[in-house]
Amino acid sequence: MSREAMINTVLFLMLPVTAVSALLLDEPFIITLTTKVAILALAGVGLNIALGLGGLVSLGHAAFFGIGGYAMGILAYHAQTFTPLMEAPFLIEGTKSMPVIWLVAVLAGALAALAIGALSLRTSGVYFIMITLAFGQMLYYFAISWPAYGGEDGLSVYVRNGFPGLNTLDPIQFFALSFVILAMALLFAGRLAAAPFGLALSAARQNAERVETVGLSPYRLRLLAFVISGAITALAGALFADLNRFVSPTMLSWHMSGEIMIFVILGGVGRLFGPVAGAALFILLEHVLGGLSDFWHVYLGILLLLVVLFARGGMIGSLAGRQVAHD
Amino acid sequence: MTTLLLIEQILNGLQFGVMLFLMAAGLTLIFGVMGLINLAHGSLYMVGAFAAAAVAEATGSFLLALIASLIAAAAAGAIIELVVIRRLYDRDHLDQVLATFALILIFSEGTRWLFGSFPLFLDIPDALAGPVILPGGIQYPAYRLLIIAIGLLIAFGLFQLIARTRIGIQIRAGESDREMIAALGVDISRLYTIVFALGAALAGLAGALVGAIQSVQVGMGEPVLILAFVVIVIGGIGSIKGALVGALLVGLTDTLGGVLLPGFFGTFMEPSAATAVGSSLASMSIYILMAGVLLFKPTGLYGGA
Repeated sequence: MSREAMINTVLFLMLPVTAVSALLLDEPFIITLTTKVAILALAGVGLNIALGLGGLVSLGHAAFFGIGGYAMGILAYHAQTFTPLMEAPFLIEGTKSMPVIWLVAVLAGALAALAIGALSLRTSGVYFIMITLAFGQMLYYFAISWPAYGGEDGLSVYVRNGFPGLNTLDPIQFFALSFVILAMALLFAGRLAAAPFGLALSAARQNAERVETVGLSPYRLRLLAFVISGAITALAGALFADLNRFVSPTMLSWHMSGEIMIFVILGGVGRLFGPVAGAALFILLEHVLGGLSDFWHVYLGILLLLVVLFARGGMIGSLAGRQVAHD
Repeated sequence: MTTLLLIEQILNGLQFGVMLFLMAAGLTLIFGVMGLINLAHGSLYMVGAFAAAAVAEATGSFLLALIASLIAAAAAGAIIELVVIRRLYDRDHLDQVLATFALILIFSEGTRWLFGSFPLFLDIPDALAGPVILPGGIQYPAYRLLIIAIGLLIAFGLFQLIARTRIGIQIRAGESDREMIAALGVDISRLYTIVFALGAALAGLAGALVGAIQSVQVGMGEPVLILAFVVIVIGGIGSIKGALVGALLVGLTDTLGGVLLPGFFGTFMEPSAATAVGSSLASMSIYILMAGVLLFKPTGLYGGA
């Protein structure tokens, strides 16, 4: 077992161990924090497919995160007010069922990523960064100015949505659900990186011309990666909104994009478990530093600066040595 | 809608456009010469506004406040260039994005620490507070006219600086081949610091000028930063001319869209729905403009290659 695999196992087990210990100590708040780590890590896993594997520096992933959140918010809002979402040409009703909401969130995220990606991937480098940022911001302002679903105030959902056979209001059960989804996403991302598609995508990141010469289209590879990435991030958004039972334009703001990127970077870009490490560290810092000072973002900023300037590989990179698993 | 109102809105759009130009010019110069994407540019805008508000509070002079905004933003720019940014030139864009995002966190929270969370207010000097009457009987705030004038003057000055001065030659040479001008004996690291400080000063001035119309608060630079990105994507990265054209396009589209679109939808929809659709579309109009430009010219209107 390599050192990175060991670290990964520890990281992965850390979440359920923390949650179960918190259950035994009767600390539901800690369980909620751990759930938050799992969900944010899921968003990071999504971004990591575009960023780590595809080399696509997207500063607009909050768009997909927020779309997932609003998919949940809008469906649950119509279910709790007993108003149909749409009457003509056919009736669509709201729902409080998580599996349906997830499906809608994933589809909506994938569609949005297809539209944004198709335009943004025509460019590269700095243009790509700025354009993804701008499209994310477009949705943010749209959510603020569209009054039907709360506008700037956001939407509250009174009761957490249900999952067949589980009581999702019980923190540990909701944690288990989120954790299983994270595990499935990690498994999927790991398989994807080793699959022909993942290898071709990595190759397109390292040398697009050669990939083109062998007859593959870097544009299509990247677009598919961007769509998968957006869909996973949207799923995370739906879970995150369910965790808070609240969705607002904040989920779409570019600070959210920056934070998702921070999870990936703090943990280590392109490392499968990087987002898990990064999200855990972020929430830990938020909790510890946030308790010490109202201005904890200053320390976060300094830490991030130090990681970028001096510890390139992030947490896993520093612990596991320079060898990068996916390069 | 009357013609008078329309002209007034066009002037508002111009005013917004020239302010965006001050931001975008710095960003595009810094990218063109150093190849650096600087998210912290909005923080320099904020630094300028806060410096101006603090100096205006202490001395009561608006002119001194503007000078303070230039000096403070240029100094902040030079310091971050020397301490952080200079390590990023040969890094990839991801590192640049993250490091400058970290700078935003530090600047924003640091400013909140120093000045508190409440917005500060910067007053327009009395002499400029009233309206002026333009030919045709249009009343328009003198201060906003002054902003347009200052913006256009700076644009002109910047074009002259780039086209005719020694430093301008070095900047243009730096844009086309960095190694070559270093080999020719130009002190490249000094040039980088100067360009960064110049861009910072322009952003700081924009912050101070706009701060007098809006409030001076933490995070005020970020919406402007993102609009400035849209501007340089439309204009073409690295092109000052593109920044000017893009800024005016974005300024006018944003302002006129907000005014005209709800009215336009009102002609065939019921008023409440028209306001909702019109204002949501207006908030998206500049991004739609950007997408349109990208479809036809992926490198922007004046972008190279």
